[in-house]
Amino acid sequence: MDRRSFITAKEPFSKNSIVTARTQSGLSSVGATIPTADLIHLLKRTLFGVKWADLLAFSGKSLDVIVNTLLSTDPIPSPPVNNYNDSGYTDTNVPLGQTWVTAAYGDGTANGRRIGSFKAWWTGLMINQPATLQEKMVLFWHNHFSTQTSTIDDARYIYNHHALLRTYALGNFKQLVKQVTLDPAMLVYLNGNLNNKNAPDENYGRELQELFVFGKGPNSKYTEDDVKAAAKVLTGYVVNPLTISSSFNSARHDTGNKQFSAFYNNTIITGKTGNNGATELDDMLDMFFKLDETALFICRKLYRFFVYYDIDATTEANVIAPMAAIFRAANYDIVPVLKALFTSAHFFDSVNRGCMIKSPIDYTVGLCREFGIVFPPPTDYVNQYIMFDFVRIQAAFVEQNIGDPPNVAGWPAYYQVPQFHELWINSDTLPKRNQLTDYLVAIGYSRNGKKIVIDTVAFANSLSNPADPNSLINDVLTLLYTIDSSQKLKDFLKSILLSGQISDHYWTDAWNAYKANLNDAMTKGIVTTRLQAMFKYMMNLSEYQLS
Amino acid sequence: MKRRNFLGTAIPAGVMLPALINGFTFKAFGASPLMSAILSAPTQTDHVLVLIQLNGGNDGLNMVIPLDQYDNLANARTNIIIGQDKILKLNGITKTGLHPAMTGLQSLYNEGKLQIIQSVGYPQPNFSHFRATDIWLTASGSGTVLNSGWMGRYLNEEYTNFPIGYPNTIMPDPLAIQIGSFVSPAMQGPSVNMGMAITDPTNFYNLINGIQDPAPNTRGGKELTYIRQVSQQTQQYGAVIKAAAAAVTKQTTYPTGNSLADQLKIVARLIAGGLKTRVYMVNIGGFDTHSLQVNAGATETGTHANLLGKVSDAIRAFMDDLKYQNASKRVVGMTFSEFGRRIKSNSSGGTDHGAAAPLLIFGDSVQQGILGNSPTIGSVITTNDNVPMQYDFRSVYASLLSQWFCSPDATLNNVLLNNYQNLPIIQSNAPCVSTDINKLNAQAGKKLITNYPNPFQSTTNVIFESMGGHTLIQVFNIQGRLIKTLVDSETTVGTHQVTFENEGYLPGIYYARLQNGALQQVRTMMLAN
Repeated sequence: MDRRSFITAKEPFSKNSIVTARTQSGLSSVGATIPTADLIHLLKRTLFGVKWADLLAFSGKSLDVIVNTLLSTDPIPSPPVNNYNDSGYTDTNVPLGQTWVTAAYGDGTANGRRIGSFKAWWTGLMINQPATLQEKMVLFWHNHFSTQTSTIDDARYIYNHHALLRTYALGNFKQLVKQVTLDPAMLVYLNGNLNNKNAPDENYGRELQELFVFGKGPNSKYTEDDVKAAAKVLTGYVVNPLTISSSFNSARHDTGNKQFSAFYNNTIITGKTGNNGATELDDMLDMFFKLDETALFICRKLYRFFVYYDIDATTEANVIAPMAAIFRAANYDIVPVLKALFTSAHFFDSVNRGCMIKSPIDYTVGLCREFGIVFPPPTDYVNQYIMFDFVRIQAAFVEQNIGDPPNVAGWPAYYQVPQFHELWINSDTLPKRNQLTDYLVAIGYSRNGKKIVIDTVAFANSLSNPADPNSLINDVLTLLYTIDSSQKLKDFLKSILLSGQISDHYWTDAWNAYKANLNDAMTKGIVTTRLQAMFKYMMNLSEYQLS
Repeated sequence: MKRRNFLGTAIPAGVMLPALINGFTFKAFGASPLMSAILSAPTQTDHVLVLIQLNGGNDGLNMVIPLDQYDNLANARTNIIIGQDKILKLNGITKTGLHPAMTGLQSLYNEGKLQIIQSVGYPQPNFSHFRATDIWLTASGSGTVLNSGWMGRYLNEEYTNFPIGYPNTIMPDPLAIQIGSFVSPAMQGPSVNMGMAITDPTNFYNLINGIQDPAPNTRGGKELTYIRQVSQQTQQYGAVIKAAAAAVTKQTTYPTGNSLADQLKIVARLIAGGLKTRVYMVNIGGFDTHSLQVNAGATETGTHANLLGKVSDAIRAFMDDLKYQNASKRVVGMTFSEFGRRIKSNSSGGTDHGAAAPLLIFGDSVQQGILGNSPTIGSVITTNDNVPMQYDFRSVYASLLSQWFCSPDATLNNVLLNNYQNLPIIQSNAPCVSTDINKLNAQAGKKLITNYPNPFQSTTNVIFESMGGHTLIQVFNIQGRLIKTLVDSETTVGTHQVTFENEGYLPGIYYARLQNGALQQVRTMMLAN
């Protein structure tokens, strides 16, 4: 028996007994309207957490209207500002409260503080997201075209790169690939600016094929020689550090013909001289985007980001292939593909409910949104950024530091076979996740006399009928969990609210007493301690890790 | 019936076995393969393996510097070559020196506690970080995709059915520990991950398992079960890890500002605290030195020097601490990286993705020495030339499992999915015996493989000497790709001859690699126009 057959014969037998549920459902439409549980499922996958207000806003609308709203374009946000001048340091190029994105570099301290400002600002955009897909797509593309602030090391490049991803988040993928290729931050990050005819640098030519356009799937068969040929096509781009722009320098361009492999039907990209050399990039992208694998790769990645990581043969045939066909027919516009996915029977198939382990960003930003945690106002941007950055650091503690994925492949949870997003949860990260929710429920985070906290009483008050413990628990379970809960669990949660008493009216009385006299510390304390205990318990259970 | 099944059904594991096992000394078990075969509980050993991953592709040629090839190497990397007078000397070694930043490892070598294995790689090297990392962590072939890690498969052989029934009296501790927040794919078993991630052994947070509704038969149910399992294991193992950490109240000094040292300090504490955990994994990144890997004008300093200095200082401090804790005899460590870098440096003052590279093994029980020859550096080196492999990395894994963890051959086959060479890594007076490196090196002085004519045009005769047993002769091109396997069979003791035909290969350098038992040699052949 040769080694390969030995391996294939052995692996299936060693799988444990848990068999993943399968489904035949495909991309056909689920219908014009959806029940509440499906709406929650859709919103949890497309937003970071679901606010009670989101649910009210979309309830009763047709699926078409809901998805069109989710896929609509957000206005461009105002850029990050100097939140960092303090008694110890002043950025002489940028006044406090003004943006630094077009200012002179300054020095290393200014740059380091600006990167901090950028990350806090971005976290704030996610926390304050409108009910659209924009922010999740920015994160998707950040993971896809992964770059690290620690390597680029100039906050202005980083901001421009981010703004590019934001502009194209729901735009055309082919154009995005071209823009990213020419983007100064990417040229610096993968050494494209060093790539010239005398010393070709393969770094970007490789990752463009391996990570950005085709991936590592079994049918992605570009060769080492294709890496070298692509590197030659890409010779000549340089970055101007004063204007933070890129340009094509024909004197650095390799004007020879570039021969590609059988994967590309042995295409030759004809070498061009002078400024025409820059159009070789278009020729090469045309060649890339003629191949079926391009659309299949992106659609698999979208599927893994929005539906589930495991793609079996049925899903590949019934979901991925039709998505890819739509993608190609739309000349690689992203919206038609997502619209088909988010209105499909497959997306709403009950087998796909609650199977996404929340990423650290989904977890941390999501809980801020779900509970409506109140942050300092934009006028108090110094403290506002501090609080945004607290949230950002909590996600970084559990392995997702926005702006700094581990490497150019992005976060392993989005690609590493076989565990994929199970990798987010381990003996180190799970306790840290629980610790965070316990902390925010109990005392909250304070700095400079400001505080962010999960206000359990205000949250309960926003629900449909908080005086009725059954209604309260149902609302909370609807919003926070995606897997159906048993009566046993509901009874247990109610026993926390009732302090072990049997009659519901004990809670109702306590709630009404609080409502009747909002300033009475004692009546408020009675409902607060019970709500805190219940929410702590709910967020400690494994169900809360699922979306 | 498999031994293990028999054990699982007939003997209540964890009740009778410990008493039985405690009746014998460790040595008795090591000396009695029959006994351990009958018992097939996890192999009795208190040995620990520490894996140090150097992420990014470490430039092996600037770490372990081939002094006997220095002029050609200097010619190929004019902008990053390290001054010959700066290179650290090793006792009794003239052909090889260490990077100037690695004084800690130099002293470890001179104390007899370091082995360098030259040119470790695999046929058809992959130049993608991600694929190459997967290959090293899963121990797959270049063209094969495996979904489990080599350590995961090993631990699955040793601790069948994990996590069901664990922890138990035989194995009360985590099987493998990753320092950090992310468990390496190397620890992924055939069905579950066998490793546990920790960042702080003194601080564990209480988790609530509470009311557990039955998990639905959906994908969500599968993930819910997974999270609950992590939660339960964390609870169970948190206590033993805390206890182990608490048992160690004093450690020797470690360098500061060195993330690897921080991680190894935790490892030393847990080992000394008595955990039976067999495998620890730590990481240090930043080795992807495409540009500016040295400081111009002082090539012995710069990015790569800082990284190697951290590795060297951290390992030295770790070994000193283990000695202080009286635990150094239990520990062997190994460094690895997904690939080495090109022979020729680039114009950005760095090096691009390459192929084979040296690997370091350290510990009290390691055979001191340098296994293999210096990589041959030609006088004319082009951009795509790579160091050809001398040793398959899976041979290193197999040798460690067999000599350090006393794994029987059947286990090795299930873990590594093939037979690999047994290399002389662990001292023969350690509980599991291996060939003596000195005996091998004596053989290595002989020309075991030659070819005639050389240079050649259409055909050349490859003449080799076999000590008997399995023999492999592979021909690689200068990029490190395997282009032909001339021999892969049992051979008798004595001299043999095979023919290598030019089947339309491009003119240039080709390497014929002989592997016979623990021996190998590489012959450089020249195909002329």
